[in-house]
Amino acid sequence: MSDSADTLARLLGLLDGSLPGLWPVVRLSIQVSGAATLLAAAVALPLAAWVALTPFRGRGSVIAGLNALMGLPSVVVGLIVYLMLSRAGPLGPLGLLFTPPAMVIAQALLVAPLITALARQTLEDALAEFGPYLASLGAGKLATMGTLLREARFSLSTAVLAGFGRAAAEVGAVLVVGGNIDGVTRVMTTAIALETSKGDLPLALAMGVVLVLMVLSVNALAHGLRVYAQRRHG
Amino acid sequence: MAEPDQAVAPCVMLHEVGLQAGGVTLLGDLSLTLPLTRRVVVLGPNGAGKTSLLRLLQGLLPPTRGHISFHDGPQTPSGSGGAARRLAYVFQKPVMLRRSASANIEHALAVAGMPRAARRAAALAALERVGLGYAAERPARSLSGGEQQRVALARARALEPLALLLDEPTASLDPGAAAGVERELMRLADEGTGLIVATHDLAMARRMATDVVFMHRGRVHECGPAQRCFESASDPHWRRFLAGQWLD
Repeated sequence: MSDSADTLARLLGLLDGSLPGLWPVVRLSIQVSGAATLLAAAVALPLAAWVALTPFRGRGSVIAGLNALMGLPSVVVGLIVYLMLSRAGPLGPLGLLFTPPAMVIAQALLVAPLITALARQTLEDALAEFGPYLASLGAGKLATMGTLLREARFSLSTAVLAGFGRAAAEVGAVLVVGGNIDGVTRVMTTAIALETSKGDLPLALAMGVVLVLMVLSVNALAHGLRVYAQRRHG
Repeated sequence: MAEPDQAVAPCVMLHEVGLQAGGVTLLGDLSLTLPLTRRVVVLGPNGAGKTSLLRLLQGLLPPTRGHISFHDGPQTPSGSGGAARRLAYVFQKPVMLRRSASANIEHALAVAGMPRAARRAAALAALERVGLGYAAERPARSLSGGEQQRVALARARALEPLALLLDEPTASLDPGAAAGVERELMRLADEGTGLIVATHDLAMARRMATDVVFMHRGRVHECGPAQRCFESASDPHWRRFLAGQWLD
């Protein structure tokens, strides 16, 4: 059988369940990346709003730092989290190393700067558009922040999705802190890396297609919701 | 300006107010009293400082020198907040939040501190007043330019300010929509809301103004009752502006 035919057969086998092990890996991938994105967004969005709305000394340096952190290598993040969670590390007693929560922490650290940087820019644009109007109403900082977060919600959802995309696609951090343990911490990217290193390229390719489909599906769903909401609310 | 009876008429007073930005003088030493119960039209060519003046009055820009104070009339409790409680600003391009026309007004009322239970009815009543009851649930941004400007007027009026500050309220509208907005402004004025309108539209000023302020290069060159200003122009810049000539 040719490679492409083999890949297609493996892909169909993975999808219809005749080759076991795909769906638990997909489920864990979505759970880890989804939780990491939510955790990162919970920190990144208020931080972005604060940076966007608050003039303070050194603001330019903070923004430059956040932008620089977007390019943080995932293995470095993995290594830092590994050191923190390892037995001798400050968070060692929690016993999180080689567990999904450790992977969530690593991915959250990885995507938080990305979401913060994109959300800050989005909120600054919203501030330029709505700031004078809100100021004319005498809106306080909290009311202004709440209004801007709501007005920019569609663009902010894109920033969060970009974070999910990066989390779902990264392999270095989850490999270091998760260990790629079958049935425990194996996710799509680490599974693909493993199959590639074993030389099973058709299976790696088939899983790669599934990973791409997964990310595209989540983005398509979010895009559909955004278009619907924009039509409804303007 | 217009010599308001300061014993009874609410007004805003500028005391040697100056505004500079980036080393450029946008407004220079303005000392002016503007009544908040009349129809004051601030005229001038582009770059005269009309928008800067309105933004100063609303508190959107801080003066770099001098100060602004309010004189409240007998109906207004003294010290009842700043400009945001006395004045409402209507921007040249209406600022519409991404929500329905009614929700836009409810948001403004919420920021102003109106209890939630009263907002909905107040918003619908405000839209009805400007003839936009039919558009209450439509996304505000999907309305036409004229409709959006009327929503902005309804929203500003719902805040129950002493006066509205209007920055070129009809500049981006077609003649029909502009006439609709102008009619609405006159109705609001008849109901007792003061207007301070910045425009370079002389025809509109002649139709609407009870008082005129003419500005050029950040300074007031002419001000007073509209009839006197239009009929016996003394300032040479003002005369040239009235004659439709270029100003240096």
